[in-house]
Amino acid sequence: MSRPGFVLEVDDRTPPLVVHEGLGFRLESFPLGTRVVYPPESIPAVPDVEEAIREALLHPHDSEPLPALLRPGMRLTIAFDDLSLPLPTMRAPDIRGRIIEQVLTMAAEAGVDDVQLIAANALHRRMTAAELQHIVGERVFRSFYPQGQLYNFDAEDRDNLAHLGTTDKGEDVEISRRAAESDLLVYVNVNLVAMDGGHKSVGIGLASYRSLRHHHNAKTMVHSRSFMDHKHSAMHHSAWRMGRLIKEHVKVFQIETTLNNDVFPKPFDFLQKREWEWSVKDQATMLGVRRGLSVAPQRMRHKMFHDLRSVYGLTGVNAGEVEAVHERTLQKVHQQHLVEVQGQSDVLVMGVPYLGPYNVSSSMNPILATCMGLGYYFNSYRGQPVVRKGGAVILYHPLNEGFNQLHHPSYVDFYEEVLAESTDPAVVGEKYEQQFAQDPWFIHLYRTSHAYHGVHPFYMWYWAAHAMDHLDEVIWVGADRRVAARLGFRAASTLADALEMASGTVGTSPSITYLHNPPHLLADVR
Amino acid sequence: MLALEMFRSVSRTMAGKAIGGRMPGVLSGFAAPLRLVTIDEPRVERPGWARLRTRLSGICGSDLGALSGRTSLYFSAVVSLPFVPGHEVVAELLDDCEDLPAGTRVVVDPVLGCAARGVEPCEACAAGATNRCARITVGHLSPGLQTGFCHDTGGGWGQQLAAHRSQLHPVPEGFSDEQAILIEPVACAVHTALRAGVAAGDRVLVSGAGSVGLFATLALRELTEAGEIIVVAKHPHQRELARELGATEVVAPGEVLRRVRRSTGAFQLEPEFSTPYLLGGVDVAVDAVGSKQSLESALQATRAGGRVVLSGMPAAADLSAAWFRELEVVGTYASSRSDDAFGRATELVATDAVQQLAKSVASYPLHRWREALDHAHSAGRLGTVKVAFDPRSSH
Repeated sequence: MSRPGFVLEVDDRTPPLVVHEGLGFRLESFPLGTRVVYPPESIPAVPDVEEAIREALLHPHDSEPLPALLRPGMRLTIAFDDLSLPLPTMRAPDIRGRIIEQVLTMAAEAGVDDVQLIAANALHRRMTAAELQHIVGERVFRSFYPQGQLYNFDAEDRDNLAHLGTTDKGEDVEISRRAAESDLLVYVNVNLVAMDGGHKSVGIGLASYRSLRHHHNAKTMVHSRSFMDHKHSAMHHSAWRMGRLIKEHVKVFQIETTLNNDVFPKPFDFLQKREWEWSVKDQATMLGVRRGLSVAPQRMRHKMFHDLRSVYGLTGVNAGEVEAVHERTLQKVHQQHLVEVQGQSDVLVMGVPYLGPYNVSSSMNPILATCMGLGYYFNSYRGQPVVRKGGAVILYHPLNEGFNQLHHPSYVDFYEEVLAESTDPAVVGEKYEQQFAQDPWFIHLYRTSHAYHGVHPFYMWYWAAHAMDHLDEVIWVGADRRVAARLGFRAASTLADALEMASGTVGTSPSITYLHNPPHLLADVR
Repeated sequence: MLALEMFRSVSRTMAGKAIGGRMPGVLSGFAAPLRLVTIDEPRVERPGWARLRTRLSGICGSDLGALSGRTSLYFSAVVSLPFVPGHEVVAELLDDCEDLPAGTRVVVDPVLGCAARGVEPCEACAAGATNRCARITVGHLSPGLQTGFCHDTGGGWGQQLAAHRSQLHPVPEGFSDEQAILIEPVACAVHTALRAGVAAGDRVLVSGAGSVGLFATLALRELTEAGEIIVVAKHPHQRELARELGATEVVAPGEVLRRVRRSTGAFQLEPEFSTPYLLGGVDVAVDAVGSKQSLESALQATRAGGRVVLSGMPAAADLSAAWFRELEVVGTYASSRSDDAFGRATELVATDAVQQLAKSVASYPLHRWREALDHAHSAGRLGTVKVAFDPRSSH
């Protein structure tokens, strides 16, 4: 039986606690009285994954069983989440591949021979063949990729996009033509956090900029409170409106999976344990890892972390009608991530780790670090933010990894030019977004290389819009000062210095909450 | 009279060539082939010529290039050593000169064309393109493309020089000497702007924000219908000045290609073991530095069929882009009478922005020439647009 998440109050017996910071971590002594929010331990995984998948396909929610939806001569499209999920990457075999194999087996038994598989990467970078193979598995890859029936979605391939109409709020819905014109669209997702899945899968994963601009903008993001609570997220409201319109045009059979919190494989599994419960072996490992990281060159540390493959357990798989499935998915996600927190604090502390959805096998540049800290982690709440309005956030990240020219070319321009002019998400969006979105070079790199779309850095910045609007002070501990200044923030050497700097905003004895994340958690703030 | 004289010295020129570019300080130390001397005043024996007393004489990039041995030996055939440098000159007439009475304050168009040399006008001079004169080594003067490079005329870095009426332009009332000293460089910029062939709405890149680049920016903004003007500037005050003088956008040297690529929607290629370049880019690029890096930046950032204007005295550079992209490479030297460059420059110098600039002109007496050259070498960093000699001053 796994233990639920809980809130620890730091006292004089509390040991130093792990705080992630990029390609490493530190042990931090927090002031007495600091609240530390620990995620629940991993909930039990299903005993037989193959059987659970089969059960979900044969007994879906609010839908006929999958075999009943398959017939000879039909056009079947299987879309699946890209490498931005899960984080870290799952050790093979990936759950998506296992599901796709069963779907394809049923399709073959029904005589379906027009099948295409599309990675729903929206404006993310194209995955490499090896990355695709990791997700779908070697057999599926070998059967479909060489024939061009397994491919990345291309949101700039105008000939292969279908405009399905507009929602009642005037939002364009434009998705993959192949998906829109299929007799059945099967979507296979990994619902790592509460933000994922539901109508966000097809409505965003297979959508073009023309569609995405309606909810990926500063105004919508500021009114998404939070991204992890779709009922209170303007972004999700928009995606839901679009999803319902999509439903009128194409039959979507949604398959959603949930994972437990087994994020860190051995020998890093001590990072999943509560510090006072570390065994002698855990402590020795921790000391060895810290020493190794302190002397290893950046490239080696990068490889060490990015080669991690997590041994997640599957906690649930549900299939059928999108909304019915997603309700059940969220129950499981909440079971794994939800921690009750009483009231807000003046200061929120978060460690930004080496990995986010957009730097798999890449570097976490300053914009992505901001998105991770002020976007995803700040928004890891339900009810109200963990920190009060006008409070301070203290983040840990060196902000020194630079930019990957292959994956993030438009980020360089965004950082050097756009942020030099303004860091206000609304201002930069108004002035520059179109220019970056329509830049032919960025479009070319997105379509033919492995670059995120030109507009992507803006989206990253918008993710942080709610936090920027909510907070009076953002301080990065251990960060490059010049970089922090360019982002519009401040840098401190230590937590004590950061608290000193924030004292003008939150006083000299602020209430502090530290989100002990990862593994993932969702603060249910009452 | 006192004058600074550039003389023939192979060892100093070699030393300057070897390290002058990287360590400009050596030029004002042991390496510059320049000396402070007492020499005879220039003699005036022919009609149309007059003696002038220098009030201010600027230090130009081409002077520094010559002193550091960075100037191409191509030019050795059109100078006559030893000579007194200084071709940006504000002076007063010591003699009557045709219609100009003694005492008139003038600026000098330094080009020594056919009229000054006392020969029949060549084709270019007859057409008013005096800067293209084909007779700059003949006539009654020693070879010399300009005053300040000719043994016989003297130059502005001496207390006196001689000039021909065809070179003289009276300074309007109300102009300070510091303003007037900017007329010649602005006239060159006027010529550059007109030679650039900028069409309405064209995107223009000006590579460099020293005095040449800044004045080129001003002239492009005032005399052409250029759209976006992107200026490459190293130093903070240069960025401010470039904006004041008409730049739409100012970028650092390392950002040029990226900024041009984005503003023009060009594609960028990364050749092996070489610098990136654009397919697409600006319509017109002006190299206002003359360094290899600056010229290559201009070539690499210009769209196919565009025009690259050499405003700074050019260094050797990779011309592949000029061939492959079919660029027009256009030289622009000094100024042309047919453009009425000095007339237009005088109007531009009267503008508020240039009047403000004139206040930052730093002047030195001749005997502090080492400091002056040091200052001129670091002018960009130190926030000075023009450093000049005042031969009348003794401190």
